[in-house]
Amino acid sequence: MQKYSIFNLIKNAFFNHQKWDLAWKDPTPKKEYDVVIIGGGGHGLATAYYLAKEHNITNVAIIEKGWIGGGNVGRNTTIIRSNYMHDDNALFSEFGMDLWRKMSQDLNYNVMFSPRGIINLAHSDAQMNVYARRGNSMRLNGIDAELLDREQVREIIPMADFSENVRFPIFGGLMQPSAGTARHDAVAWGYARQADSMGVDIIQNCEVIGFDISGGKVEGVRTSRGDIKVKKIGLCVAGSTNILADKLNMTLPIETHLLQACVSEPVKPVLDKVVTFGAGHFYISQSDKGEMVMGGDLDGYNSYAQRGNLPTLQHVLTEGIAMMPFLSKLKMLRTWGGIMDMSMDGSPIIDKTHIEGLYLNCGWCYGGFKATPASGWTFAHTIAQDRVHELNAGYNLNRFNTGHLLDEKGLGTKTWIS
Amino acid sequence: MLHIKCPHCGMRSQNEFSYGGDATVKRPELGKEISDQDWDNFVYNRKSLRGKHLELWQHLSGCRQWIKVERDTATHEIFRTLKANEDNS
Repeated sequence: MQKYSIFNLIKNAFFNHQKWDLAWKDPTPKKEYDVVIIGGGGHGLATAYYLAKEHNITNVAIIEKGWIGGGNVGRNTTIIRSNYMHDDNALFSEFGMDLWRKMSQDLNYNVMFSPRGIINLAHSDAQMNVYARRGNSMRLNGIDAELLDREQVREIIPMADFSENVRFPIFGGLMQPSAGTARHDAVAWGYARQADSMGVDIIQNCEVIGFDISGGKVEGVRTSRGDIKVKKIGLCVAGSTNILADKLNMTLPIETHLLQACVSEPVKPVLDKVVTFGAGHFYISQSDKGEMVMGGDLDGYNSYAQRGNLPTLQHVLTEGIAMMPFLSKLKMLRTWGGIMDMSMDGSPIIDKTHIEGLYLNCGWCYGGFKATPASGWTFAHTIAQDRVHELNAGYNLNRFNTGHLLDEKGLGTKTWIS
Repeated sequence: MLHIKCPHCGMRSQNEFSYGGDATVKRPELGKEISDQDWDNFVYNRKSLRGKHLELWQHLSGCRQWIKVERDTATHEIFRTLKANEDNS
């Protein structure tokens, strides 16, 4: 593989950049693989990369219905954080933070990781108490957290509404300084390029039609580009999880819902943090291009539409304007929607299943992007060793049966309720 | 925006309704031996497929009745709406 470096950049400049190698190949599917990963998104590509890198399993195919990186990894709000209270979520996410910090070097691909910090705003004394508790829990798990009072928040984000007579005055906030953002597409492309260089076949425009299961064991997968014999299949299909689960006669604690995001026209640098509203569901950051990147609630009813409805967008932006009134002056550049695999306790599932050789990675709700490296790393371990790693032990499928839910937000079984 | 025909009030905008999820899920019968798996299926497990979906909505800012709506989860086309106690077969 051609290394990306300043020297190769200069060298290729002499050829008008016409002689760069392709970043990944376009292979025809083989008849048999050791492992097939279904879903060429961030998590699937990362899984294949760590299978090759950490476990030396390179006879791997990623099969993707569309094109790689064309799903949620290409349309999220790029936030990376580990500000969780529960141990299982905190330790998993903080392990991921380490992988994020090393990612550009590791992949030889600039993922533009920008640890600019995230602030969750608090709008009451009670909320400050809750944040103090969460911050303390984070610190006990080795994650950086700072509780900010009103004046400290004002110093960092003076453009927020600090007037006294508003419905939700800012009392303070909880900051994780090491949180941030990254270039989402680069993450998918970086993992794809490295996985490909280690021998992984990235097969695009290849839809899964069915599975060959015999005696409770995986025997193969049937695709639009032919049947493939394989003993181990990893399912990494986010919003399409329910559709594939149905082909496997499985019913999962997952519902498919639509989440919207939007960007404003680009403006000069104004906001150098990720900020979340504490009295509703709204988050904002500014991209390197200057656009304000915003998101919030689900549309609220089961959906595969991949486009949103206006009432939710209006609701989310009302919250945004309440938090930062200057937003009302901006024009909207783009809005879009993607379909999320909403689990019933708001936490993901990375586990084996009752079918031998079938592994499940789903339930990422609002937080799939930041989990990309840790999800790939632990899923690769689960597939390669046929047992879960301690980092994803809490993300087991059985917890819904035993009652050991990971209900970080305390929302109960209906995570789509806003 | 969705327009939902409430069987009690007529055509209304989505803003007046709140969503209640899959309407085909049945609570296990009281007074019977119920397995953990049955409870699991009632509380957590959902098909949530692409296409026709029978679901509950509540006309929260209207008559406050729960109703059943048959809607396509990909196109949002609404095929029919029923009172909560009406048979959907």
